[in-house]
Amino acid sequence: MTSPSEQPALTGTLIFDLGSDDSRCVEPPVLDVPPIPLDEVLGASRRSAPALPHVTEVDIARHYERLASTNFGVDSGFYPLGSCTMKYNPKINEWACRLPGFADLHPYQPASTVQGALELMWGLQEALAEVSGLPAVTLQPAAGAHGELAGLLAIRAYHTDRGDARTRVLVPDSAHGTNPATVAMCGYEAVQVPSDERGGVDLGALRRLLGTDVAAIMLTNPNTLGLFDENILAITAAAHEAGALAYCDGANLNAILGKTRPGDMGFDALHINLHKTFSTPHGGGGPGAGPVAVTDTLAPYLPGPLVARDTDGRFSLADPARSIGRMRSFLGNFGVLVRAYTYIRATGADGLTDVAEQAVLSANYLKVLLHEAWPLPYDRTCMHEFVLSGSRLRKEHGVRTLDVAKRLLDYGIHPPTVYFPLIVDEALMIEPTETESKATLDRFAAVLLRIAEEAAEDPGLLQAAPYTTPVRRLDEAAAIKQPDLAWRPSPDS
Amino acid sequence: MLERIGVRSIDDLFAVVPEVARLARPLALPAGQSEVELAEHLLSIAARNTGAGAAVSFLGGGCYDHYIPAIVDAVLSKPAFFTAYTPYQPEVSQGTLQAIYEYQSMVCQLTGMEVSNASMYDGATAFAEAALMAARVTKRREVVVSAAVHPEWRETLATYASAGALEVRVVPASGGVSDVAALTDAVSRRTAAVLVASPTFYGTIEDIPAIASGAHTQGALLVVGGNPVLLGVMQPPGELGADIVVAEGQPLGNPMSFGGPGLGMFACRQDHVRQMPGRVVGKTTDVDGKIGFVLTFSTREQHIRREKATSNICSNHALNALAAGVYLSAVGAHGLAGIAEACIAKAHHLEAALVGTGRFERVFDAPFGYEFTLRFRGEVRAMQEHLLGRGFLAGLDLGAFDTTDAGLVCFAVTEKRTRAQLDSFVQEVAQL
Amino acid sequence: MYPKELKYDREHEWIRTEGDVATMGISHFAQDQLGEVVYVDLPSAGDSITAGDAFGEVESVKSVSELFTPVSGEVVEVNEILADAPETVNEDPYGDGWMIKVRLSNPAEVDELMDADGYQAFLAEEA
Repeated sequence: MTSPSEQPALTGTLIFDLGSDDSRCVEPPVLDVPPIPLDEVLGASRRSAPALPHVTEVDIARHYERLASTNFGVDSGFYPLGSCTMKYNPKINEWACRLPGFADLHPYQPASTVQGALELMWGLQEALAEVSGLPAVTLQPAAGAHGELAGLLAIRAYHTDRGDARTRVLVPDSAHGTNPATVAMCGYEAVQVPSDERGGVDLGALRRLLGTDVAAIMLTNPNTLGLFDENILAITAAAHEAGALAYCDGANLNAILGKTRPGDMGFDALHINLHKTFSTPHGGGGPGAGPVAVTDTLAPYLPGPLVARDTDGRFSLADPARSIGRMRSFLGNFGVLVRAYTYIRATGADGLTDVAEQAVLSANYLKVLLHEAWPLPYDRTCMHEFVLSGSRLRKEHGVRTLDVAKRLLDYGIHPPTVYFPLIVDEALMIEPTETESKATLDRFAAVLLRIAEEAAEDPGLLQAAPYTTPVRRLDEAAAIKQPDLAWRPSPDS
Repeated sequence: MLERIGVRSIDDLFAVVPEVARLARPLALPAGQSEVELAEHLLSIAARNTGAGAAVSFLGGGCYDHYIPAIVDAVLSKPAFFTAYTPYQPEVSQGTLQAIYEYQSMVCQLTGMEVSNASMYDGATAFAEAALMAARVTKRREVVVSAAVHPEWRETLATYASAGALEVRVVPASGGVSDVAALTDAVSRRTAAVLVASPTFYGTIEDIPAIASGAHTQGALLVVGGNPVLLGVMQPPGELGADIVVAEGQPLGNPMSFGGPGLGMFACRQDHVRQMPGRVVGKTTDVDGKIGFVLTFSTREQHIRREKATSNICSNHALNALAAGVYLSAVGAHGLAGIAEACIAKAHHLEAALVGTGRFERVFDAPFGYEFTLRFRGEVRAMQEHLLGRGFLAGLDLGAFDTTDAGLVCFAVTEKRTRAQLDSFVQEVAQL
Repeated sequence: MYPKELKYDREHEWIRTEGDVATMGISHFAQDQLGEVVYVDLPSAGDSITAGDAFGEVESVKSVSELFTPVSGEVVEVNEILADAPETVNEDPYGDGWMIKVRLSNPAEVDELMDADGYQAFLAEEA
């Protein structure tokens, strides 16, 4: 019998600590063909057993229930994580992707046996083309950063085809870290463009940097400050005049659905984060999907295969003529594509426009509730998100934005994105999304105002927060200096 | 809300959008559907597919029809896991973090490596990232890849290399496995890595120690692609000289889902951890001394190191890694070995029986796991089409990937295929 | 905070010269900005370095900074302590937390650097 003191701790009890040597959950099937002596097949490459858990199904069910109870998701509470669009994930999407007619398909089945799957992918390609204002779409990239890589490689191939070797890509100082990292992976030099005092791209600086060596500018619009760049048309035109192409990071597409389109702003390529704008769940870090939409000019370079509808109404796969090649195995993160397709069909044309309007309304409402107590470095009408600065709290009370974030956890709210964008001191980046009620927004504002008061009354309270979470602040330096990245069996076991 | 903001209409909030860029019409998309209609619509689309339940499948090539224990989806369906973001706030993300730490631990056990990352998109991208990592570790830029590796993995590598970071040399295979002598000859002091997979695209098992010595003699790293189910019975590549091990982790509790999302397993040696791409979770303690987990070695990553990051990757396939962790817990070492043995036994049974029909012939002598390649005496496409009509997905036409492999068909046999299915398939083949 | 006998540069390194060998580390200000140092990546003895170039990196949990040398020469010694105890950079930046020793190829480069007063004035200006 297990004594009460041996109840597994809420955190830190590993699956390896549970069960006993003879615990079993799923047994392999009874062999209905003659067994094969493995030594004959694998010879010296036969192994001793790996140290995997040995547990019962009850152990597993309780272990992961325990872990789940220490996790915060969108279903747990408000999750205003700027730039990540943590909107509610409708459950019908989860049902849809698990239908056997989708989940049990092999990617190499003949096209005749997967017409439904191809039709769904084609429908999604078409919908994303319409939403982006860019006619050609590949669904292959597995994530936003993967889409950036595909898009920028396509731009590179376009220039190469024209015999125009360019070496630099311009990236604003407010950009996501993936942008410069992608630029480097594409063999280009990332050149930083400063922001102007209104929070947009400094047009003068951009014009000075644009030369015949610039392959592309890479821009998020609305940008990471949540601001729509007032000079967007001038920016894309300037890029084109210099022979460069304009790449749009679609992280913030949620703000503009049905209102304006990257293609209409002059962008040549765009990746779309389905896990942001189209409500596929973030999964604790993935999988997402990062389809790329491009102009007709760039279409021949997209990674294939793409889905085509033939004249007889049937669907087939085809590689673009001058494709950069594949970015991964198979066709794309299909399970994620099914969810996004389901969301688009549920929401519809009017609904998608409502999404943008409500997201922008919510953000502006929240901004107005907060902007007196919390300085806003760029205080103008925002799109779906806005960035506050905790610099005043730091100067006056020695409380950092990190402390504010940790204190929010005690109020049952997931903190906003912190310390990003880099151009705002002690940044708090807040994206409420369209799926939150006014009551939730009001409560969040009240909590953030209360925390500002707490900072003045008792800075130590914030500096030691959180108090109510399954674990409190963790020693991240120790995790690096004495790395423990994997459990290992003890030598005597 | 509008009043509080101080505007008259929502349109005022969008005034900043230049007139010419505004969409002056509704989106040309269907109107939204009620959930009842939508469910009908999705069921009707799904019904236009022939799923694995409706045909007997012998398709593999990196995506396999293994059984998924019910407990796996029960765990994956917990909203606290699937509606969470990346665990950047560890105090409220211990579930995700610990599940990844456990996954990393299991990957180390299967591969025989010291460190695993939190996962990548799929096996192909993990393979390409391994080549880039080897270039950083060795400060060299040429990689030598065996043509016996899955063509889509090689193509992904070529795409990643196309911006000039790597020079890729492909060495032809021989007898369905890597040509060890030719691989070794191709390696020089300029070589960052030798890249192979075992099993190969043809299903065969490679002689890893021989390939390892050819790579290491010249200071190159050895990257080995594996199959995680076979790693339940095979000697781990880490014990055979691999420096980086990658695998497509889909067979571990993830549905085929038309090929994605997959699970890019990625493991390496502790010495190289600072050059590893992707996230990694480490164990530590909190201010009260409680055990807890955090994302660590983050300075390698794009959000901090930007253009000097080890990769631009900004996610992992956490949910697929969770599935793998639950799966491996559910089957255990005993079950994984049993599943591998069942797959291998059934594959060998089918192979012998297909050769016995006289319609297929053996072309390779190398040992194989649960995938094997035979030559069909006839027109492959017509054969596959006929057998599809009889309810069978009759293997992979390798000629569709590379014309030099025309006539070759690769069959995968998982533990889900029953003796009765194998026998009736053989009967159909015999009657061709 | 800023010992008088040392020279400083605008990248927040300090230099102590003894004969033609210079010892180099990062200033109190730099270590404070970084927070707890968890990793220091340094060149090897025998490597040559050139004024203005990056010669290594210093990392905290959430940041990484390149180390730039204000002088040229050959690295003659590297502080081995930092591999196991990188936090020494925080605890004793001018003593046990030193990073490399360089045999100067152009000692005149040292004359270009700021003294402690000049460096403090520079810091005040930057703030």
